[in-house]
Amino acid sequence: MALTGLLWCVGALLAVSVAAIPVARLRSASTLVYGATLSVSALALAIAIACLLAGGPLLGALTLPVGLPWLGAHFRVDALAAFFLIVVNLGAAGASLYGIGYGRHEEAPGRVLPFFPAFLAGMNLVVLADDAFTFLFTWEFMSLASWALVMSHHRRPGNAAAGYLYLIMASFGTLALLLAFGLLAGPAGGYAFEAIRAAPPAAGVAAAVLVLALIGAGSKAGLVPLHVWLPLAHPAAPSHVSALMSGVMTKVAVYGVVRIVFDLLGVPTWWAGALVALLGGVTAVMGVLHALMEHDLKRLLAYHTVENIGIIFIGLGLALAFAANGMRPAAALALTAALFHVFNHSVFKSLLFFGSGAVLTSTGLRDMEQLGGLIHRMPLTAFAFLVGSAAISALPPFNGFVSEWLTFQAILVSPALPQWLLKFLVPAIGALLALSAALAAACFVKAFGVTFLGRPRSDAARSAREVDRWSVATMFVLAAVCLVAGILPGYFIDALAPVTRSLAGARMPPQGALDWLTIVPVAQSRSSYNGLLLFLIIAFAAGLGAEAIHRWASGALRRSAAWDCGFPDASPATQYTAGSFSQPIRRVFGSVVFRAREEVHIPPPGDLRAAEMHVRLRDVLWDAFYVPITRVVGYVADRFNKVQFLSIRAYLTLVFGALVALLMVLAVWQ
Amino acid sequence: MAIALNLLVQFAQMVLVLALAPLFAGFVRKTKAHLLRRQGPPLIQPYREVLRLLRKDVVLADSASWVFRVAPYLVFATTWVAAALVPTFATGLVFSYAADVIALVALLGSARFMLALAGLDVGTSFGGIGSSREMLIASLAEPAMLMVVFTLSLLAGSTQLSSIAEFMQASDVGLRFSLALALIGLIMVAIAENARIPIDNPATHLELTMVHEAMILEYSGRHLALIEVAAFLKLLLYVSVIACVFFPWGIAVSGQGPVAYLAGAGVYLLKLAAGGLLLAVFETAIAKMRVFRVPDFLGAALMLGFLATLLLFVTMAR
Repeated sequence: MALTGLLWCVGALLAVSVAAIPVARLRSASTLVYGATLSVSALALAIAIACLLAGGPLLGALTLPVGLPWLGAHFRVDALAAFFLIVVNLGAAGASLYGIGYGRHEEAPGRVLPFFPAFLAGMNLVVLADDAFTFLFTWEFMSLASWALVMSHHRRPGNAAAGYLYLIMASFGTLALLLAFGLLAGPAGGYAFEAIRAAPPAAGVAAAVLVLALIGAGSKAGLVPLHVWLPLAHPAAPSHVSALMSGVMTKVAVYGVVRIVFDLLGVPTWWAGALVALLGGVTAVMGVLHALMEHDLKRLLAYHTVENIGIIFIGLGLALAFAANGMRPAAALALTAALFHVFNHSVFKSLLFFGSGAVLTSTGLRDMEQLGGLIHRMPLTAFAFLVGSAAISALPPFNGFVSEWLTFQAILVSPALPQWLLKFLVPAIGALLALSAALAAACFVKAFGVTFLGRPRSDAARSAREVDRWSVATMFVLAAVCLVAGILPGYFIDALAPVTRSLAGARMPPQGALDWLTIVPVAQSRSSYNGLLLFLIIAFAAGLGAEAIHRWASGALRRSAAWDCGFPDASPATQYTAGSFSQPIRRVFGSVVFRAREEVHIPPPGDLRAAEMHVRLRDVLWDAFYVPITRVVGYVADRFNKVQFLSIRAYLTLVFGALVALLMVLAVWQ
Repeated sequence: MAIALNLLVQFAQMVLVLALAPLFAGFVRKTKAHLLRRQGPPLIQPYREVLRLLRKDVVLADSASWVFRVAPYLVFATTWVAAALVPTFATGLVFSYAADVIALVALLGSARFMLALAGLDVGTSFGGIGSSREMLIASLAEPAMLMVVFTLSLLAGSTQLSSIAEFMQASDVGLRFSLALALIGLIMVAIAENARIPIDNPATHLELTMVHEAMILEYSGRHLALIEVAAFLKLLLYVSVIACVFFPWGIAVSGQGPVAYLAGAGVYLLKLAAGGLLLAVFETAIAKMRVFRVPDFLGAALMLGFLATLLLFVTMAR
C-alpha cells in the first residue's frame, strides 16, 4: 500500500526532527540527521516513482482520526500527487546528501537540524493532503518550518527583516487560501476534497476561488507582484535549504494552484487561462530582469526562480485556455510542458544553489564582484555549475530546453483558440517567453562568467578550495539528471501521461517507442526534437574537428601573458564585473522597469580621491503595491494608537457601544 | 533506400556548407572592395587565412581555463550542425527531424553562450566588453528571430525547416503582409547576429563599439581558425535560411534524384551570389551606428516579428 508507506516516511521524518533536538550537540550530528533524511527521502522517492509508473487516477486514500474531530485527516495519492512527490523527494534527497558535507560548516546546527526534517515532512504532507483543513495545516507547518530555517542565521544583517517579510507574506497567502477553501466548501462545510469535487462551485464563486488561489499559492511560488519576499528569504537560509525553498517549495505552491484550479474547480473558463498565462509572462520577464541586475549570487538565483515560475504558469495558463475550449490534446501538451518544467527547474535550481553554497563555503562570499577565477581552484564545482547554467538557459541538449520547446509548441497550436482576447494575448506571451529565454542566457553568462571565470578579485577568491566530496557528488548527480532528462525526454513525457489524463482528459502521444527516441508533440510532420541524436551529432562534429586539427594542424601551445591589445600587466580590477556586464541591459531595460539612475562623481584633476559611481534601482512594483499598503497600515495604526490611552470611562463607553452595535446587527439579521 | 539517400544528402550538405562558407565570406569582401574601387583580396583569401592560422602556435593567456580551450570546438561544432540543418540545395534533411528551427535558434544560442563565456575567461576588459554587448544584442535578436520563426511555422503548420521550405515552394502562399514583415525582421536579425555593418564592423577590432571581435581578441592559432570558420558558417546559415524560406525556387524536393539535386546546387550558388552582392552593397551604403542605438534597431526587428505573428494569429481561421 503506497500511501501507507509514504505516511510512514513522513512519520519517520517527523521522528528524526524530534530526535535531532538532543542529537544536535554531537559532533557527528549533521551526518546522522542528514543520513537519516537521505534514506527516508530516497525511500519515499522510490515509492512515488512506482506510484507514477503504475498510473491510474487513484492509487490510495486514507483517513486518519486526527485533526478536526468531525472531519479527520484525509490523505490521498493520485498521479498528480505522485509526480509532485517525486519532485519533492528528489530535491529532499539531493539536499540531504549535500547537507552531509555542507552541514559540517554550520555554526549553529541546533537551529537547522531539527527544522530540516520537519520542513521535508511538511512539503510531503501538503502534497498528500486530501481535505482543506489538512492542506492548510500542513501548508502552514511547511511555511513555519522554512521560516525557522530562514531565521537560523538571524543575527546576520538583513536576515531578520527577510524573515519578517516572509512571515507576513506567508500569513497573507494562507489567509487567501483559507478564504478560497471556505468558498469551495460552501455553506455546507464539505471540507474533504472529495466533497468539493462532487459539488463544483458556481461560476462567480469559481472566479473568486481562482483569484484567491493565485494570490495564496502564487505568493508562495513568487508570482509577480507577490514575489518580493522570495529573493530576500531564500538566500538567507543555509544553501541546501535555499535549494529546497527555491527548487522544491515553490513547486509545492505550483501543486497547490494545479490542485485547486485543475482538479477542484471543475471545468475551467477561458479567461482563467488568459489571466494565468499573462501573469506567467510578466513574471518571467520581470524575474529575469531583476536577476540580471543582481550581484549577489544567491539572490540572483532566487530572482531566477521567479522567472521559471513564470514559464511554468505560462504553460498552466495555456493548458487552462485549451481545456476550456475542449481542445484536450493541446491542453495535455501545455500541461506536460509546465509539469516537465516543474521537474527540470527543481533539478537545476537545486544544482545551482548547491554550487553557490560551495562557493560560499570555500570563500565566505556571495557578492559576485569579489569573486572570479574559481574555475581554477574549484574545477568540479565549476563544471557542475556550468551544466546547471546551460540547462537553466534553455540550451540544447539539456533538459531546460525541452520543456521550453514544448511550451513554444503549445503556443504554436494556439491560433485555433476561438476567443479574440486570447488571439491577441498568446503571441504577446510568446514574445515575453522568447525574451525571457534570451535574457536568461545573458544572466547566466554573467553568473558563471563573473564568478568562476576571469581572475580572482579578492584574496578569499584567490585562496578558495574545492569543497567536500559529498557536495561534489550531489552536484554531479543532479548535472547527470539534467543531461539525461535533456537527451531522453520521451520517457519523462510518457511518465506524465497519467497526470495529464486525469487533469486534462487527454495525454500526449506515446513517445517512448518512437524511432531514435524522438519526441513528437503533435504529429511528425509538424515538429519533432531529438536531444539524443543532436547530442551525438554535436559530439561527433566537435570530435571530428578536434581530430582533424590535431592530426594535420599545429598542436603547439604556448602560455603567455594575456594580449589585451597590448595593454600590459592589468590588475584584476580592470576586468569586467557583474555590474559592468549588465550595464548595457540596464540601460536598455532598466531605465523604464527599474527607473535606473547612474551617478558618476569624478574628482577634479589633482584631487587624489577615488572616482565613484552609484547606480540606483527602484523596484517599481514595490513602489506601486507595497509602499501604499504599508503607508495605509501605518496611518491606521497611528489613528488607533489613541485608543490605547483612554480613561476608564471612555473604555466602558466603548464596550457598551460595541455591545449595542452587535445587538443591533443581530436584530437586523434575524 | 530513401533513408540512405537522405543521409547522403545530409552528408553532402555538411560538406558543402563547410566548403562554401569561407568562399562566401571572400565573395562579400571582394565585392565590397570593388564597390570602393579597390582591388580587394582574392576570393580564396579566407581559406588561406584559416590554413595559415591552423599552422600557427596557440598562444594561451596565463589565466585561461579549459573553458577557453574547449569553447572553439563546441562553437564550431554547434554552428556547423546548425548550418547543416538548413536546406540549401535539397529538402528532406535527416537532421531536420532531430532539431527543428526553434532548436536551430537554440543551437546558435549555445554557441553564443560558450563564446561569451570564453570572452570572460581570460579576465581582460576587452573580452568582457565584447561578451556583454554580444549578450545585449542576442537578448533582443533571439526573440526577434523566434517571432519570425513563429510566423513561418504558423503558416507552414510545421517547425521543421525542410517542411517549411517545401510548403513555401509547393503551395500557393501568395504575397502575404506577414511574410514581408517577417522577411525584413529576419534580415535585420541576420545583420545583427553576424556582426555586420550597421551593428558591428567585421573588418576591425580596434573600434569603440566593437562586439564580436573584442570578444575573441585573446584567441590565436587553431582556436581562432575554428572561430573564424564558425563565423563564416553562421553568415552562410542566415543567408541560406532567408534563401530557402523566402526564395525557395529551385530547391530539390526530397527524393527527386541526382539531376534535381545538381540543379538545386546550381540555383543555390546563384542565390548565394545574389545574397552576397546585396549584403556588400548594403554594407557599403550605410554607416555604422552607436552601440546604444542597436537596441532600437533590434527592437524594431522584434516588433516586426511580433506584428507578423499577431497578424497570423488574428487571421488564421483554423
